[in-house]
Amino acid sequence: MSFPHRPDAPELPDFSMLKRLARDQLIYLLEQLPGRKDLFIEADLMSPLDRIANVSILKQHEVDKLYKVENRPALSSSEQLCFLVRPRIKNVRYIASLVNADKLAGRTRKYKVIFSPQKFYACEMVLEEEGIFGDVSCDEWAFSLLPLDVDLLSMELPEFFRDYFLEGDQRWINTVAQALHLLSTLYGPFPNCYGIGRCAKMSYELWRKLEEEEDGETKGRRPEIGHIFLLDRDVDFVTALCSQVVYEGLVDDTFRIKCGSVDFGPEITSSDKSLKVLLNAEDKVFSEIRNEHFSNVFGFLSQKARNLQAQYDRRRGMDIKQMKNFVSQELKGLKQEHRLLSLHIGACESIMKKKTKQDFQELIKTEHALLEGFRVRESTSYIEEHIDRQVSPIESLRLMCLLSITENGLIPKDYRSLKTQYLQSYGPEHLLTFSNLRRAGLLTEQAPGDTLTAVESRVSKLVTDKAAGKITDAFSSLAKRSNFRAISKKLNLIPRVDGEYDLKVPRDMAYVFSGAYVPLSCRVIEQVLERRSWQGLDEVLRLLNCSELAFADVAKEDKASSESLRLILVVFLGGCTFSEISALRFLGREKGYRFIFLTTAVTNSARLLEAMSEVKA
Amino acid sequence: MDCYTANWNPLGESAFYRKYELYSMDWDLKEELRDYLVAAAPYGGPIALLRNPWQKEKAASIRPVLEIYSASGMPLASLLWKSGPVVSLGWSAEEELLCVQEDGVVLVYGLHGDFRRHFSMGNEVLQNRVLDARIFHTEFGSGVAILTGAHRFTLSANVGDLKLRRMPEVPGLQSAPSCWTILCQDRVAQILLAVGPDLYLLDHAACSAVTPPGLAPGVSSFLQMAVSFTYRHLALFTDTGCIWMGTASLKEKLCEFNCNIRAPPKQMVWCSRPRSKERAVVVAWERRLMVVGDAPESIQFVLDEDSYLVPELDGVRIFSRSTHEFLHEVPVASEEIFKIASMAPGALLLEAQKEYEKESQKADEYLREIQELGQLTQAVQQCIEAAGHEHRPDMQKSLLRAASFGKCFLDRFPPDSFVRMCQDLRVLNAIRDYHIGIPLTYSQYKQLTIQVLLDRLVLRRLYPLAIQICEYLRLPEVQGVSRILAHWACYKVQQKDVSDEDVARAINQKLGDTPGVSYSDIAARAYGCGRTELAIKLLEYEPRSGEQVPLLLKMKRSKLALSKAIESGDTDLVFTVLLHLKNELNRGDFFMTLRNQPMALSLYRQRIEGRVAALQTAADAFYKAKNEFAAKATEDQMRLLRLQRRLEEELGRQFLDLSLHDTVTTLILDGHNKRAEQLARDFRIPDKRLWWLKLTALADLEDWEELEKFSKSKKSPIGYLPFVEICMKQHNKYEAKKYASRVGPEQKVKALLLVGDVAQAADVAIERRNEAELSLVLSHCTGATDGATADKIQRARAQAQKK
Repeated sequence: MSFPHRPDAPELPDFSMLKRLARDQLIYLLEQLPGRKDLFIEADLMSPLDRIANVSILKQHEVDKLYKVENRPALSSSEQLCFLVRPRIKNVRYIASLVNADKLAGRTRKYKVIFSPQKFYACEMVLEEEGIFGDVSCDEWAFSLLPLDVDLLSMELPEFFRDYFLEGDQRWINTVAQALHLLSTLYGPFPNCYGIGRCAKMSYELWRKLEEEEDGETKGRRPEIGHIFLLDRDVDFVTALCSQVVYEGLVDDTFRIKCGSVDFGPEITSSDKSLKVLLNAEDKVFSEIRNEHFSNVFGFLSQKARNLQAQYDRRRGMDIKQMKNFVSQELKGLKQEHRLLSLHIGACESIMKKKTKQDFQELIKTEHALLEGFRVRESTSYIEEHIDRQVSPIESLRLMCLLSITENGLIPKDYRSLKTQYLQSYGPEHLLTFSNLRRAGLLTEQAPGDTLTAVESRVSKLVTDKAAGKITDAFSSLAKRSNFRAISKKLNLIPRVDGEYDLKVPRDMAYVFSGAYVPLSCRVIEQVLERRSWQGLDEVLRLLNCSELAFADVAKEDKASSESLRLILVVFLGGCTFSEISALRFLGREKGYRFIFLTTAVTNSARLLEAMSEVKA
Repeated sequence: MDCYTANWNPLGESAFYRKYELYSMDWDLKEELRDYLVAAAPYGGPIALLRNPWQKEKAASIRPVLEIYSASGMPLASLLWKSGPVVSLGWSAEEELLCVQEDGVVLVYGLHGDFRRHFSMGNEVLQNRVLDARIFHTEFGSGVAILTGAHRFTLSANVGDLKLRRMPEVPGLQSAPSCWTILCQDRVAQILLAVGPDLYLLDHAACSAVTPPGLAPGVSSFLQMAVSFTYRHLALFTDTGCIWMGTASLKEKLCEFNCNIRAPPKQMVWCSRPRSKERAVVVAWERRLMVVGDAPESIQFVLDEDSYLVPELDGVRIFSRSTHEFLHEVPVASEEIFKIASMAPGALLLEAQKEYEKESQKADEYLREIQELGQLTQAVQQCIEAAGHEHRPDMQKSLLRAASFGKCFLDRFPPDSFVRMCQDLRVLNAIRDYHIGIPLTYSQYKQLTIQVLLDRLVLRRLYPLAIQICEYLRLPEVQGVSRILAHWACYKVQQKDVSDEDVARAINQKLGDTPGVSYSDIAARAYGCGRTELAIKLLEYEPRSGEQVPLLLKMKRSKLALSKAIESGDTDLVFTVLLHLKNELNRGDFFMTLRNQPMALSLYRQRIEGRVAALQTAADAFYKAKNEFAAKATEDQMRLLRLQRRLEEELGRQFLDLSLHDTVTTLILDGHNKRAEQLARDFRIPDKRLWWLKLTALADLEDWEELEKFSKSKKSPIGYLPFVEICMKQHNKYEAKKYASRVGPEQKVKALLLVGDVAQAADVAIERRNEAELSLVLSHCTGATDGATADKIQRARAQAQKK
């Protein structure tokens, strides 16, 4: 059971061009250093690089050996060294130490540093400081967009989240603008632009400037993509923090999808070694179940298995000619399908084992209670128990953050006690983690008296001091606040449930969270696209603290074809989850849109919180 | 002087070849040379002989003796051969003896007959046996090539880094090739083999037929082939008695000579000098030796005895039972000076000097003659160069004297070439000495370099000579004397019959504080030989504690290492030892060790104190920032660290770096319940957490008795459902049931289901009339066993709906 696209759904542009572009540029850069050379690659860049140019391509261009950039002396004996790194001080220092060690040993080699996606002045400063600026040649490999799937482009910058939303480092905004610029030169201008969030606004403005500087190129072109929507992650933390129950999201939560592929361990492949599997639209089985709620997946797979068996069985009654046809045309496809099917069934079993336990059921129940805003006290004590039992440090943090955002921050008493409990369980280093979470607005403490703004759902309102309510939030409005409850009401995020929500035939985007919650980010996108402006959403914007940070730039006369108008590029700054992707894909099918996703990285709750955590496991 | 050129034999127009005696051999061979397997290393290296009993059937029972001699025939080693039949012997570039056995195993021996290692040439060789084997030298080291019984070749280009390559098959090869050799082109080893009238070239990938250009017709078989020392040239001996010489690439022919002898030669080797245009091949039969080159005539010698030819860089060594000779092309400088009626400047200078010594005025005439031609510089250089190529010291002297005489009449002649030649000749004469027996020529010596020569002397255990040479040549101590002393010490350490004290003292006396000698290296060697005590004694002399300590740790003398580290006063070193100890010893022993070393203990404490101090700073900062919560948390952590340290000392177990929760858990797991409770009180751990914690820990211990006691100590703040859950996790249904009865009514159904008591769960659910619970129980009802229960629930439901 899959949802076919509506017959009038527009075709997606061909993004494989981006791959070819990146590959050609890399080859050009490698050729700049003629002769045999050893290539040092930063660990984070390895998987993306693998998707662009595999080892044999590198070897063709005279790359001798490949090394990982790590903190130890290089054993390379080549006369030419090439480094492919992210522009980070740490990496430059490492390179400098190599070069200086060679200098001490009286050795002269050629060095080339390729920064991807761009080089920063700070990096060159370090080279200068270390006194090796003249010995090293620097280059940029503007590889910023990796097509992970037909409709998913990733910048593979997981550090974007921490750098921008925690450290306030705006270095990557330029990279985002460059990427947008690249897209618009390749696929025509975007006539309609919307966005929300500080980073979205800055990226947009920077990109516009880039376009103006180089105008003329894109002016005449017919737009292929009608709309672009930029969205900051901090507009909607809630969705990212929820447990995912759509198949692709679950696979990501359980096995971690890395750069579009996942390592299935021996228990899934039912052989003795693990297997790296590419998960995208080319996997026929996967593409049918990726957007499904997990409760349907198993039934679907078993149905599929039966169909497959029937197709195999068909050969019984065949004569020789038919048999020949069957073997030459269908058998290979069937075998392939069979292999994939067994893999996904294995993965499902493994997920079932982990997730159908009572613990998980209760966890989901608590999450839904938090989203809906009742039984807060019970949820709080559930979280406390969670911490006391040392179930999982990241999960506990996730629940605390969810509680904080949905409740406008924790009441001081809870905040203190949960924090104390957490520190007792996992050590005092997490004081820093908590400080990070507060800075990012993920886990905050209510200022005394703040409770009155979220009074409706507060069960424990009697606890706080009523007199404090008089203090207006004149200064506390500066602090980021989620006001989630009000938004939820305004945008109708919690669907009214009459009877069971039928997950087999979803009615709305809430199906990605078992019908309990419509992802906020997706709802905002839906609303804006419907209105083609932010009109009527002022209250929501105010509650999101984004009144000044939303923009819409709509073309007056529509040059664009009606087809392109239904192609929408959604840019998630700070990462998006597979659940959000699934929800928007659903929305597209319902309304006849096609969504294209551009994200700084695919993320999930665990990645989000690990980026905030100070104890790196 | 007239007779000086008596042993010069002209070959063609321009070249002379001379043969002179190096040594009369000291060895006392019982048999003819032909009865031995012979291997002689190039560069004047040692000679290995192995009586070959496997050829004749008669003496199979007698174990042969492997003998190793220096080039002058001085015995170096002799050992009974106890392994299998040997097919071939050869020396590697490091002067190790490689013995290829019939089964493809190669045994490696040192110069003194000490067994080093062995390796196999692969299964294929093992199965088909070795028919023939060659050891060859390339720029990568020494290789082994093997021809198996199945007429296939297996090759390894470097025995130091063994990579076996099986060469492709030669199509239609039924019998062993009549002759074969190894070529080395473009850094790849290839095999050239002759089968009947055809030549084949084997490389890693393919086998190709080749034909030497310009070969006279009528050849039906090749009897012998030879490759030059540098792999540049190739000579082929055909059954028509023809010798073809050309480049090894088989692209160019140099010349051809017909010697009219059809008997297969015993040996054929190239004899040419580097940078000389002359190419010549020496061919040996039983009693005849022939030098053949690009000339219509050849030079012939008669051999009185069995002889063996050793190709060298610039000539051929020929040894037999009684003598060891060297045959080479006379170098240009010598030829110019000594050729009869030569008017070369060098010749005139030599004359002049002689006349000068005779106090004759002719000296002046000769000198003038040279000076008028302006060739004095050239004359001096010629004399110096010629001196280098002379073997006899008296000739060297007279040439050098002439050079020095000529120098007097030159204003600006740089002296270093003269000085260096004097030094080099002195070294060469010393090693050519009969007792040393390394007959290197000047060009070989330059090719080999002094460093390698020193290594070879060290290998022959000629330490004093090596040191004298170093001192004479004023080599830097670290490269020269110290290195040799260190080698000597390492050798000394291996002498098992001398007592530890004597060896240690002897080594210290010799070495003193010579710079660049690392006692720890020597000690490491001693430890490698199993002499730990000696190693410790040697380490006493090591002035650098940083070197002492790691080795002591390796020798598992950790306590000694600790005291050494403390003596050194190097904190880092102490920590190194401490961390090592912490991993190696169990906690109890570790703290016992620390207790005996107050300094280490205090350092260990300091590490904690350091952390506490840092935390204190952090806490102060938090107070300043008015973040009381964080300040308090930091203070708690300080308290915890101190407490953990105390616990570590008292209980001898790791506690540092554990969180509070984990600390308490560890205490309970170790059975220190009192302390655990004390800690919980001190840090005000909430009841709920304590109960969870204790419950999990006791269940992990499977201490059910204590658990029960604990459950009854007071009313559980977390209810009794967790008890049931955890007991079931440990698969203890019996215990679980005990607690199931105590679970409150709210959760009773769940608890009963967990225990597996579906019937009772159904009863409770019906009693409570809870729809959700009823369906939960129903979902647990399986098949036949619970059929009755399922019915019961359905009935109850129906009833409930009626109402």
